[in-house]
Amino acid sequence: MANLACEFVGIRSPNPFWLASAPPTDKEYNVRRAFDAGWGGVVWKTLGEEGPPIVNVNGPRYGAVWGADRRLLGLNNIELITDRPLEINLQEIKTVKRDYPDRAVVVSLMVPCVEDAWKTILPLVEDTGADGIELNFGCPHGMSERGMGSAVGQVPDYIEMVTRWCKQNTRMPVIVKLTPNITDIRYPARASKAGGADAVSLINTVSSITSVNLDTYSPEPSIDGKGTHGGFCGPAVKPIALNMVAQIARDPESEGLPISGIGGVTTWRDAAEFLTLGAGNVQICTAAMTYGFKIVQEMISGLGDWMDEKGHASVDDVVGRAVPNFTDWQYLNLNYVTKARIDQDLCIGCGRCFAACEDTSHQAIAMNPERRFEVIDEECVACNLCVNVCPVEDCITMEELAPGAIDLRTGQDVVADYANWTTHPNNPGACAAE
Amino acid sequence: MANSPFTPGIAAGRLSSEALDRNFTDLHPPLDKHEALVAADRCYFCHDAPCVTACPTTIDIPLFIRQIVTGIPEAAARTILDQNILGGMCARVCPTETLCEEACVREVAEGRPVEIGRLQRFATDTMMARDSHPYGRAENTGKRVAVVGAGPAGLACAHRLAMYGHEVVVFDARPRPGGLNEYGVASYKTVDGFAQAEVEWLLGIGGIKVEQSARLSGGLDLDALIRDHDAVFLGIGLAGVNALQIEGVDLQGVDDAVEFIADLRQAEDLSNLAIGRNVVVVGGGMTAIDVAVQSKLLGAETVTIVYRRGRDRMSASSYEQDLATSKGVRIVTNARPVRVVGDGAVQEAEFEYTRDVPNGLDSTGETFRLAADQVFMAIGQKLEDGPGTLQIEGGKIKVDESGRTSLDGVWAGGDCATGGDDLTVTAVAEGRDAAEDIHKAIHAGAGTAIETPRQGIESG
Repeated sequence: MANLACEFVGIRSPNPFWLASAPPTDKEYNVRRAFDAGWGGVVWKTLGEEGPPIVNVNGPRYGAVWGADRRLLGLNNIELITDRPLEINLQEIKTVKRDYPDRAVVVSLMVPCVEDAWKTILPLVEDTGADGIELNFGCPHGMSERGMGSAVGQVPDYIEMVTRWCKQNTRMPVIVKLTPNITDIRYPARASKAGGADAVSLINTVSSITSVNLDTYSPEPSIDGKGTHGGFCGPAVKPIALNMVAQIARDPESEGLPISGIGGVTTWRDAAEFLTLGAGNVQICTAAMTYGFKIVQEMISGLGDWMDEKGHASVDDVVGRAVPNFTDWQYLNLNYVTKARIDQDLCIGCGRCFAACEDTSHQAIAMNPERRFEVIDEECVACNLCVNVCPVEDCITMEELAPGAIDLRTGQDVVADYANWTTHPNNPGACAAE
Repeated sequence: MANSPFTPGIAAGRLSSEALDRNFTDLHPPLDKHEALVAADRCYFCHDAPCVTACPTTIDIPLFIRQIVTGIPEAAARTILDQNILGGMCARVCPTETLCEEACVREVAEGRPVEIGRLQRFATDTMMARDSHPYGRAENTGKRVAVVGAGPAGLACAHRLAMYGHEVVVFDARPRPGGLNEYGVASYKTVDGFAQAEVEWLLGIGGIKVEQSARLSGGLDLDALIRDHDAVFLGIGLAGVNALQIEGVDLQGVDDAVEFIADLRQAEDLSNLAIGRNVVVVGGGMTAIDVAVQSKLLGAETVTIVYRRGRDRMSASSYEQDLATSKGVRIVTNARPVRVVGDGAVQEAEFEYTRDVPNGLDSTGETFRLAADQVFMAIGQKLEDGPGTLQIEGGKIKVDESGRTSLDGVWAGGDCATGGDDLTVTAVAEGRDAAEDIHKAIHAGAGTAIETPRQGIESG
């Protein structure tokens, strides 16, 4: 049996599934339920500095994007950091950590960009016995208007500065949570590392408007007829998050920097993908908010079964396994030739491949009598669109042409050797291989 | 309650009113909005979709389903009604299992098609609940067209002609318009007076006058109609029933299925409608199924359909056959009636087993009898009141692809005319297409009056 226990920046947890800093981790009551359900750790919902508590809107905080049967594909929120008194949160964190010593309890923090503010709060958190802190440089709504959250995360110099303050003023591991609302995620990651961060976690939510009410002309969620941008999360953001995690994982300048992967993790499979692209653990919120805490049981069993099947004994064996295969376009093998193949026994004759190829691509599928759809190899560029629009799994596949075969589109023999753009004759900057 | 399924003979009130209400409720209850969205999402929006090809009225099914998905059911209804003005009734009565839903690629893939019929009903019901007619009439052309028969063919023809601005008079033999929609379709397929409501809604376009109780054999004269109108459309259905020449058919309790179904549809209170304790139905079509199922639902103790050939030869679909057996109807095949036995009233029906041989049916020599208080003959309808001057082919008025008969100025469609299956949806298609041809013939050079769907592209 695979061992799911993991150690992330020195913090141990029985499995790599942590609840992200968000509404599910705002209170002792919720966190106890989460731990009882099997979650490996939590990042406590962001605490702010002492003083009058944060105020939230009293209308709807969430907007949504749905798929068929109202399956929640994405959620957007305009909730701020915790609106409960600091003292109560700290007391509850202490109690929970005492009662669940084997679980990870990390505390998310967001205070103004002045060193004193951080110096003040850090010892208070340390007193709770929490395992670490996460700096919330990601929240894109509300708090960013006040110079915190993503307002810090969008300026690498600030990230480095605040991270350094924290490292200088606490013994706890420091995880920097990054905003995806930037151009190149590697810069904030490098700044985190430069500031001494023990890890980064990403992505926080993506700035978003989920929909517009076409009767009132108000963006949703509507607060008395007005809307504001929120932070988007859930399954819809997973591809964005995967890329950002992987970009940091393969960046030589941030090499070795641990990553906590966040963004649309909904199933064990999503989690496994984040791990292979370099995340040391994963944080989850939307899936739990949609289905409740019980989903962690599916994640634990699914990840464990998959690791057993693949012969991976520990989470560390999985982490980063796909990173060496993540490369630049210019290094992709241009001698790798595939053609679409339609399995006529599986084909149900919907014709979507034909419509897609004929209308929007390369006219490489023929519609023959009796609704028989066939690939025209002379035209097929192997774009994969037909595979993607086909409603039947494995009905259309991409078949690799063996070396020596002729690519009927180009009339050229398929060659076995690897060759990429850097040496391609059409590349003005090509340097000869020899 | 005085009577029960076990009361001998033919009796009314075998079931309580509550049981009757339950039995005659909607066979396919309407989808609510969420159910419709989920059902609609299963559509793959096929290219050149097979369901459209399978639809006699060529409704753009993927388009209307996508319109449901995107929250515009009224637009979906327009897509349907543009092709089939009786799309509401067709959604209820079409044998979708042998038309669009049989062709659906998900039927091929999973044996579970997109529920096209119920989605069509969702769209058309939503539209009709608005209580306004979605089509307008073109400017009056001054042309007058007579339509004989207010069934699906006649109504579809009349509506399309009205859209073009022609004046239409519909003559109908029955007290109420609707034809088989009103008098023939099984009750549980069109509940709550839908047939009349749909006719009223259809007439909302204006320019159509309906005259009831006017039939060709009783006062209406085709020559006069031709003389007084610019065109005549005959959608007179098959008003006659085939008779079986066997011993005992004159006995009390041997009834015509078509007539019984009409009575049932018109009954104000089903508990007043008498039905036999043991009912035998002779036939293998939709009428046989409809009368058998409804007999059972009225409280008959036993109902047996006897068909002379095998199940595969029954014109009722296997879906309809399964519906009948699920309601407790027994289907006996390869047997034909030889006599009805009784003393004044029917007591038994005698059958002989048959073999299907290349040149017809052969008797095996073995006979059996079924107890029967009531025997329904459902062995087909035939053309009646067909004017002698029209060319007839295979018992039907001969028409070409445009619905033109052998007489100049006379078109025909629906069950009374050659071509196509005897289905509501086919009748609608034929009535509509005849109207298009009539319009071309009487209004040469006229531009199209039909409001075309918005394309999102303005010319000029």
